[in-house]
Amino acid sequence: MSAGRAGGRAVEVLAVGPLALVEDLGRPGLAATGVGRSGAADRAALRLANRLVANPEGAAGIEVTFGGLAVRATARHTVALAGAAAPADVDGTPVGHHCLVHLRPGQVLRLGVPPTGLRSYLAVRGGISVDPVLGSRSTDVLGELGPPRLEVGQVLPVGPEPDDLPLIDVAPVADPPGGPVTLRAVAGPRADRVADLSVLAATTWTASSRSDRVGMRLEGGRLDWAHGGEIPSEGMVRGAVQVPSGGEPVVFLADHPITGGYPVAAVVVDADVDRAAQVRPGQTVRFRLVDPPWRDR
Amino acid sequence: MNVLPCGDAALLVDVDDLREVLALADALRADAPPGVLDVVPAARTVLLTVAPGTDLAAVRRAVLELRVEPGAAPPDGEVVEIPVHYDGPDLDEVGELTGLGRDGVVEAHTGRPWRVAFGGFAPGFAYLVDGDPRLDVARRSEPRTTVPAGSVGLAGEFSGVYPRASPGGWQLIGRTGATLWSMDTGALLQPGGRVRFVEAR
Repeated sequence: MSAGRAGGRAVEVLAVGPLALVEDLGRPGLAATGVGRSGAADRAALRLANRLVANPEGAAGIEVTFGGLAVRATARHTVALAGAAAPADVDGTPVGHHCLVHLRPGQVLRLGVPPTGLRSYLAVRGGISVDPVLGSRSTDVLGELGPPRLEVGQVLPVGPEPDDLPLIDVAPVADPPGGPVTLRAVAGPRADRVADLSVLAATTWTASSRSDRVGMRLEGGRLDWAHGGEIPSEGMVRGAVQVPSGGEPVVFLADHPITGGYPVAAVVVDADVDRAAQVRPGQTVRFRLVDPPWRDR
Repeated sequence: MNVLPCGDAALLVDVDDLREVLALADALRADAPPGVLDVVPAARTVLLTVAPGTDLAAVRRAVLELRVEPGAAPPDGEVVEIPVHYDGPDLDEVGELTGLGRDGVVEAHTGRPWRVAFGGFAPGFAYLVDGDPRLDVARRSEPRTTVPAGSVGLAGEFSGVYPRASPGGWQLIGRTGATLWSMDTGALLQPGGRVRFVEAR
């Protein structure tokens, strides 16, 4: 197999699992032209992995859904894993998450299936440096923008190492839980469009297998519309709990549509959207309504 | 104007009509409160998303204090010219529905500049307004499963150009070879901008 650009630093993809994508922190500021922000589904995990290897927080890494990634180093690389704690090894020797891992040329880092959580992040010191699209290396699966999904045999260039040096070897971070997940949410903007918002917090929802980077679909209950039906399309946000006519809500994730005409009953607070992105199909989800961050005078 | 909660990193401003949307979006683009990442106008709302940690109460106050004048002339800016071959499959029907005939539709569509109101349907797609009011036609009762890239259409008070092939229910009156969307430069039609259609010969 090729070793990438002549003399360049790179990692070669040997296995991809169900879905592996290059992601950074996305392309903000373009929504009005139909381009969503996209970016890592669990931004906190990507940021952590990048901090460990002393990359800028927004450097591009690899988002691995449900494990199964294997990459071979073509040079010396310092890497770190975060997010769903997929068992990992380097040439058969187990290595941990949330810590620095050093790869020598030719060594293979392999991820198994995470026991909990859904998405693992691999940061490589220097960042994955595929060509950016509109200022970002993120793949937007809904907008069909950015680098294509990873394929076996692909060689991913790695950027030059940053001047900063890694300061810590290990970060103490809890793994995503396997049990029920509670998400904080602010009621609105269209809470008045559902008949009884208390159903949202009173129901134990189950994440559907039809969930993806666009949204986490929930089953196990039903939020009825109050009156009318669709509303004129309006801007959507990451974390929006949108209620389609069938009543089973969808929590929008990284690649959500930019506008939509179904009412948004509540919006998950920003920090908890990262936790939502780690919920696996079949896992239970509850909502706890919290006050908006401002009040009417 | 009514500011609605939208989590802890956004506000949704609900207004009376599209004129107010356009005026508010213009005002926000000209003088965005600190921390605002994205301004997303739509038919009756403007969404503001903010960077984490931004004081949303301050953003909300700033929005409520903006001077918004619906109906005021849009800021001057470049007018993007889009050449169109007026040979769309719905041109005859639009000519009948409006009573303008084929030539009349072309004249009305090219007669005055349109304004980019909002996007959101697909990268590079823009809902255009402020066109000739006689061109207000309903969408097709049966949407097409595929509308070719570059198709120029009408729906209600809007006109638009499909940046790439997609399903769609707009009345198609023509087609353009203009590149509405590119991975390098993004959208040709920018929010708040103006567009003039010209007949390609």
